[in-house]
Amino acid sequence: MEKILEVKDLKVSFKTHGGEVQAVRGVTFDLHKGETLAIVGESGSGKSVTTKTLMGLLPKPHGFVKEGSITFDNKDITKLKESELQKIRGKDISMIFQDPMTSLNPTMKVGTQIMEGLIKHQNMGKAEAREKAIELMNLVQIPNPEARMKQYPHQFSGGMRQRVVIAIALACNPRVLIADEPTTALDVTIQAQILELMKDIQKKVDTSIIFITHDLGVVANVADRVAVMYAGKIVEIGTVDEVFYNPKHPYTWGLLGSMPTLESDEEELFAIPGTPPDLIAPPKGDAFAARNKFALEIDFVEQPPMFKVSDTHYAATWLLHEDAPKVEPPESVKKRIESMDHSEEATR
Amino acid sequence: MGKYIAQRIGYMLITLFLIATISFFLMHFLPGTPITNENKLSPEQREIILETYGLNDPLPVQYVKYMGGLVTGDLGVSFQYDNRGVTQILMDRIGPSMQLGAQALLIGTILGVLLGLVAAIYHNGFMDYTSTIVAVLGTSIPSFVFAALLQYVLAVQLGWFPVATWEGFSYTILPTIALAIFPMATCARFVRTEMIEVLGEEYITTARAKGLKGSAIIFKHGIRNALIPLITVLGPLAVGLLTGTLVIEKVFAVPGIGQQFVSSVTTNDFPIIMGTTLLFAVFFIVMLLIIDILYGLIDPRIRLAGGK
Repeated sequence: MEKILEVKDLKVSFKTHGGEVQAVRGVTFDLHKGETLAIVGESGSGKSVTTKTLMGLLPKPHGFVKEGSITFDNKDITKLKESELQKIRGKDISMIFQDPMTSLNPTMKVGTQIMEGLIKHQNMGKAEAREKAIELMNLVQIPNPEARMKQYPHQFSGGMRQRVVIAIALACNPRVLIADEPTTALDVTIQAQILELMKDIQKKVDTSIIFITHDLGVVANVADRVAVMYAGKIVEIGTVDEVFYNPKHPYTWGLLGSMPTLESDEEELFAIPGTPPDLIAPPKGDAFAARNKFALEIDFVEQPPMFKVSDTHYAATWLLHEDAPKVEPPESVKKRIESMDHSEEATR
Repeated sequence: MGKYIAQRIGYMLITLFLIATISFFLMHFLPGTPITNENKLSPEQREIILETYGLNDPLPVQYVKYMGGLVTGDLGVSFQYDNRGVTQILMDRIGPSMQLGAQALLIGTILGVLLGLVAAIYHNGFMDYTSTIVAVLGTSIPSFVFAALLQYVLAVQLGWFPVATWEGFSYTILPTIALAIFPMATCARFVRTEMIEVLGEEYITTARAKGLKGSAIIFKHGIRNALIPLITVLGPLAVGLLTGTLVIEKVFAVPGIGQQFVSSVTTNDFPIIMGTTLLFAVFFIVMLLIIDILYGLIDPRIRLAGGK
């Protein structure tokens, strides 16, 4: 498969009064053409920072890339100047934001906001951009686009605003679309509509999507592959089937086990104890060790490398080392995985 | 829209009526009459004057008479100025005050907005600190200090401008500068805060994610959103400036309404006090109406009732 984006050992830090926060501590992944890669993890795991770095949108001067590279189009994005980044942003890589209530300019007509990118990147005149904007609004299924163009964001519902945000992101046919929790701020019914819309659009425009979320249900629904992030690192990456039905990292077990399902009313949720580590002074060994009841001694001393499970499936846990004791996921998590299997089959 | 404005004007008339009533009684509750200080008058003469002007009538009668005159647009006659009509006196006096106020408002707002924007864009930089210092000095040092400084340096020492009085445009420059410093500082501080807040908004990130240039982001997405709330501050500021300022008019010997007001209060010149108070009140409530209408025009989120 054709690689479109290659992230190698990316490290991003923020300068704060308390010290340097190591938000991303060595992230490596590839994005292939036409695929959807989901990045999951709890708040503060570095998933949003990673994607902001992909667009060169780190808040300056506090945020900076410490190490690593992001290769796109044979160029390293981390080394580009602001003016070069501006040519990529919105054109080749674009972004859908989390909260449609705040991500649109309240005093600018919706149509103008969609047209801006077109005028900037495609050298379109106003009339041409207008036509294209109407086309885009049709694509994201906003009814009556001619009239809606002239309205302001406050005249749109949350779901409709998110459609506008998607239209803005899609304006220049980006090769990479980053969706930063695009459904988190929406009602559940609207969430489903937006997800369907995004899947639908991906088929039509053949773009690669990086989908950030903490909702595993969404991952199962939209993604081809999934990367699990914890404390600024990817701890497990693989296809959705591999990570969901054959998880190897105890943190992934925890994530799957803490997801409520319809059948889970009697059994207990497998909650992960404790809180994530302080990233100003991250622990020496595996960052998850302190919360991990399966942690080995070496977990507290040395960080685990990525162990290969299959050609597409990797996990960073010493449990995969040949000398490690054989450990099975906890019973409740196993049950959860089985029940998912059944419900998946039922829907298929 | 038309219906809304008609309704607002109705409310304004009620407000004016209340203001007139309250100030009328407050004024008359103070001891003394317009001729209390006229020592040369004999008791008989005093009695005749009080009788002639109806000042011996019971207060409610005086009130009804005054309000009756007010409805027909008659503000009465002044005691200080040989029975000249109050309307005429106010008309003569408001001109210089309004000219000074308008000039100061224009200059102060433009400079203040620029200063505030520059400070916000170069947040925490040299320009930011400079503009903050200017703003703090401008709001904390009283205007008569600037007035005296300007007179001394630019008029007395350098001789570029006349020191005082009111005989042409060049006479308005120094008082305008002195008067403009406060609105400038106020606008600068306000705009800086607003702009910094706006630049941190999510929609600015959206604009950056579109690949727009920094200048396009600031002009198209930043400034408008940052300036909308300024209207609220500008309204009262404008009223304060346009209705004359006591100190500056005194220092530069401007024949404005501020000076007039003070001398009327000290001599108990009831009709002038009432007239000036009502004039200020009219200015203020008209300005509030203008602000509301402007808001509706500039901010699409606020559409006036009935207007679509």
